[in-house]
Amino acid sequence: MSRLLPHPLLSLALAVMWLLLNAPVTPATLLLAGLVGWLVPFVMLALRPDAVRARAPGVILRLAGTVLVDVVRSNIDVAKVILGLNRGERRTGFVSIPLDLRDPYGLTVLSIIITGAPGTLWVQYESATGRLLLHVLDLTDGDDWVRRIKDRYERPLLEIFR
Amino acid sequence: MTDTDIPLWAACLVVALALGGAGFSLIGAIGLIRLRTFYERVHAPTLGATLGMALIVAASVVFFSMDEGRLVLRDLLIGLFLTVTTPVTLILLGRAATYRDRTEGNADAPPDP
Repeated sequence: MSRLLPHPLLSLALAVMWLLLNAPVTPATLLLAGLVGWLVPFVMLALRPDAVRARAPGVILRLAGTVLVDVVRSNIDVAKVILGLNRGERRTGFVSIPLDLRDPYGLTVLSIIITGAPGTLWVQYESATGRLLLHVLDLTDGDDWVRRIKDRYERPLLEIFR
Repeated sequence: MTDTDIPLWAACLVVALALGGAGFSLIGAIGLIRLRTFYERVHAPTLGATLGMALIVAASVVFFSMDEGRLVLRDLLIGLFLTVTTPVTLILLGRAATYRDRTEGNADAPPDP
C-alpha cells in the first residue's frame, strides 16, 4: 500500500495473532502487537511478493460459509466410504477441470479448499493451459464435478481476486 | 489442570467435542488401512486434519474459556495454521506419487490434465 505499511493485511493478521497468543489484552501487549504488525512485514519486502488484493468482503463471507458446509458434509461422506456404509458401486478416479482463475493467490486459496475438503485431492495444475487435475474419492455423482468446482469455488474466487 | 472446576454441562460438552474429534481422526486412520490405492488413501487423513481437528480445537476453546473465566481463542490459531499447511504436504505427496507412477508407466497413473 505505502512505504510505511507495505502489507496492511499481513500487519493486521500478525497483530491479531500476537494479541490472541498473549491474551488478556494489556497496554503492553497492545503496544507489542502494534510493533510486530508494523515491523515484521518489512521482512516480506525482500521477497517482493505481489500485493494481495482481496475485494468483495460479502463474497468472501459467503464463500467461507459454503466451504464450511462442504467440508463438514464431505467429512461425513468420506467417513461413510471408509466404514463401508455406502451401498452400491463406488467409482474413484481423476477429473480434469479447465480453470479461468489465473491469480496465484486465488489458486492458492482454491488448492486449500479442494485439498482441505476430504474426498478431493489437488493432483496437478498446468499453468500453461490452466487445466487442473483432481482425484475424487467418490465419483458416483458423475460429471458434475467440473460444474461444482467452477460454480461453488471458482466464481467467487474470480470475484474476490479480480 | 487437575484441580480445575468447571460446570457439569461444560464438562459434558468438552467430552462430547473431544470424543467426536477423536472419532473422526480414528476413522481417518482406519481409512489408511482400508482403502487400497495411494490416491484413495491420501483422502483419509484429511478427516483428522479438518473436522477432527476442528472439534478437538473447539473442545479446547470451551475448556480453557471455562477454566480461565474468559474467552480464550488462542487455540483457533492451531486450526488456522493446520488448515493452511496440510495442503502443502498432501499436494507434495500427490505430486511425488504422480511422478513415480508416470515414470514407471503404472496402469493407475494419473492422466495428463
